[in-house]
Parts: sequence; C-alpha cells; structure tokens
Amino acid sequence: MYGKGLRALSITTALVMTGAFALVFFWAPEDADQGFSQKIFYVHVPMAIIALCGFVAGGVMAAMHLRTRDSRWDMRSYVAIHLSIILGVGVLLTGSIWARVSWGHWWVWNEPTLVSFLIIFLLYCTYQPLRFSIQDPERQARYASVFAIMAGAFVPLNFMAVRLAQQYTHPRVLGNIAGNLPGRMEWTFFASMLGMTLLFVTLWKYEMTSKHASSQLRRLKRLLGEGENPAGRRSAAPAAAETAAPV
Amino acid sequence: MTGERDSDPSAPREDPARTPRRGPSTATAVGAILRKELRVELRTLESVPAMSLFSVTTFVLFHFALNRDSVSGDLASGILWVTLLFSSVLAINRLFVADEEQGGFDGFLLAPVDRTALLIAKFLTLLGFLVVLEIVAVPAFGLLLLEPSLGRVLVRLVGILLLADVGIAAVGTLVAALAVRTRARDLLGPLLALPLLVPVVIGAARACAPLLGAGHPGSVPVRWLEILGLYDLVFGLLAYAVFDFLLED
Repeated sequence: MYGKGLRALSITTALVMTGAFALVFFWAPEDADQGFSQKIFYVHVPMAIIALCGFVAGGVMAAMHLRTRDSRWDMRSYVAIHLSIILGVGVLLTGSIWARVSWGHWWVWNEPTLVSFLIIFLLYCTYQPLRFSIQDPERQARYASVFAIMAGAFVPLNFMAVRLAQQYTHPRVLGNIAGNLPGRMEWTFFASMLGMTLLFVTLWKYEMTSKHASSQLRRLKRLLGEGENPAGRRSAAPAAAETAAPV
Repeated sequence: MTGERDSDPSAPREDPARTPRRGPSTATAVGAILRKELRVELRTLESVPAMSLFSVTTFVLFHFALNRDSVSGDLASGILWVTLLFSSVLAINRLFVADEEQGGFDGFLLAPVDRTALLIAKFLTLLGFLVVLEIVAVPAFGLLLLEPSLGRVLVRLVGILLLADVGIAAVGTLVAALAVRTRARDLLGPLLALPLLVPVVIGAARACAPLLGAGHPGSVPVRWLEILGLYDLVFGLLAYAVFDFLLED
C-alpha cells in the first residue's frame, strides 16, 4: 500500500533535484564575497532544515503511536528519524566543508546553528542503541516513542538556548535565512528546498514500502512453515503489523 | 453557600464511609514512595555519598589537569557545572535500579494509585539528592578551587542551583525510567541525559559566571534564568505527559 505512486514520485523528485542543481550552477549568481563555494549553501541549508523537520515529524508520529497504539505509526516515526540521522551526517559534513572554505576552520563554535545541530545529532545518535537494547517489540516501540517525543520537543528548545548563548556576544538577527537573499538566489534556494523535501518524502516512502514488503514476505514464509523464528530477529527496526495487514 | 449545597439531596456526596474505596490519594502515595526512597538511601547509602565523593575527586582532578591553584569567572562556573552534571549522572543511573531488580515496579503497578505518583516521588528524591550533593560540592569547590569567596553571592547562587536542579531532576527521572529497562542501561543513561542537559549547562554556567568572577560580583543576566525556567517548565510537563507510557507492563 506504500508502493502506490512511488514511481511518479521518484521521477518528480529526480526532475526537481536535477532542475534545482541546474539552477544552482547555471542561473544563481555567484556570491560576491564567497564566490563559488557559497553554492554548497543550496545543499547544506535545505538538508539541515529537512533533517530537523524530520526529527520533529518523528516526534509527532511517535505521539500518534502512543495515542492510537497503532504500530504503523511507530514504524513511520522510526523511518523518519532514521532518515533524518542520515541527512544529519550530510549536514555536519557539508557544514564543516563550508566552514573550512569560508572561515578557514573545519569547526566554528560561534555559529549557533551548527552547534545546536551537533547537540541534536548527538542526542538522536542514541535512538538506535536504545531500540537495540530493548528486546520486547511492544516495549521497544513504546520506549522509542517516548524518546522521540522528548527529543522532538528538545529540538526547538535547544536551538533557542544555543542561539541566545551566542547572541550574548554576537548580536544577530533572528530568522534571516531567506530574508536577505537577492531574488535569483532566493528562487534557487526555494527550488533546492523543494527538491530536498521531495527527496526525503521519496526515501521515506521507499523505506516504508520495503519494510512493509519484507514483513509481508516473512508472514507468507511463516504460513508456508519455513520462515525464520521471529523471536530470533534482532533488529532496531520495528516490525510491521504482520497479522493485521491483509495479503 | 456550603450549607445550601449540603442540603441538596441530588448533589454527589464525598462521604468516605459510603463511596467505594478508591485507594489512597496521589499525595499520600507520593509521600509513601518518598519515605521509602529516603529510607533506602539512608540504609544503603548508595547514591549521595558516591556523588559527593565523585564531585570532590573531580575538583582535585581539575586542579591537576588545568594546573591551576584557583579559578574564577567563566572557568570556575564551567568546572562547577560539569562536575555537578557528571555527579548527578551517577544518581540518575541508580535511580530506578532497585525498583527494576527487586520488583518495585510490579509492586507499584499493583497498587491502586495514580502512576504519576511514582514520577513525582522519584523527581523529589532526585531533587533531594542533588541538593545534598550541592551542600557538599559547592563549599568544597569554594575551599579547593574558587578564588573569590562564596559568602557574598550565596543567595543568588542558591537560586540558580535550585532552578537548574529542577531541570536536571525532571530530565533525569525521565531518562532513568527510559534507560533502566534496557540491556545497556549504564551506557544509555548518560548518553541520553548529557545532550538533553546541554541547555541546562548553558543557562546555569552563563548565569553563574558573573557571580564567580574575581573582584566585584556582577549581576546575573535574567535571560539565563528565563531559559532555565522555560526548560524546567517544558520538561516538567513533558515528563508528566509521557511517564505513564514507560510503566505499562
């Protein structure tokens, strides 16, 4: 059921991403100050925004799981957080490269966004170990949801605290990501943002489809009497509702 | 007004002799669990002495690691808060271990009381441990490492300490409950707690820095107290909202 429309979505994503990169390299003006290296902005910033949105969305889905007790919400939350962690690695790498090129250091502590992102990333790195170390699948789902809600609420709070900590020494205008860009840069940024959002949604759907398909396969194998012992499965990934789903 | 309501026969009556027994109130349950926790701590001396000893040892380590006889300002504030935070992680790790190993959770779940009672009681226990820790660690810090004297700023320092303790206790209780029933609880507790407590360290360390400066103590920036207060509020409400889900089996 997750596979529906996946092909159209993948093609759209590929087109939008290609279009956005074409705009980045051929249409957007070069930054007067930083030159070509500023182009990494169109990858780094959308990726960071999408990763943070993915973390918060994972928290909301976890809240839905605790409310409805539907294990599918837990799987949605797991996939969203899992993908956001992967994007998070990309954010830290691209951020580091950008910092090296424009400020001369691989890491700068007085850039509040980068620092708060690192703290959030470190927190979410414990999500997988937490899941791994609880064997009972039902409790694993419940505890992971509690963690996802807690961490989701932590994301904005942490951003505020770190930003204020920097403001103490460096006054800066809040929320000026797209506000002070010239027109062409702004449009290119929006195109990259759209591409990154689509990429996240597509990957999310792919992983959901794959999880769903493999759980169906496991169920069918078990019906044939040759499946592996489900108790022996050792994975951090939540199992789909194998008995509830129709074939 | 009260008399009128009493004479109305259709009004529901809260007569304890007639209504079916519903079990003790949350406050009674909190009191009972809190008494049990404190008695266990007094008899086993598991957490607080270890935390205090750990904090004093850490100050000695800082003396040698930094090669300084005395510190002040930012550095002093940072050393104090990192030490307090690591010491509190010891208590967070131990907070639910006895309940998990000796069937305290099962006993509590069988009792007809609100589950929030356990959260509140454990929160107050941890808060108490932290206060005792600070009664030992802060004078020890003043004696061993701090350059300016503590007497002048004591009241303001106590205020910041309490505000930060509430946040540490709220997050600590939640993290302890989350980590205790996993296979790797000694690892997961600190790994979960430390990033979550970064805003507390930011707020508390920045708020304390002007107090611990050499020379005349500066005023406490209100912004950091607001951050600490907001953090306490958000995580207090969050712990209240999600704690029940950790106790469901």
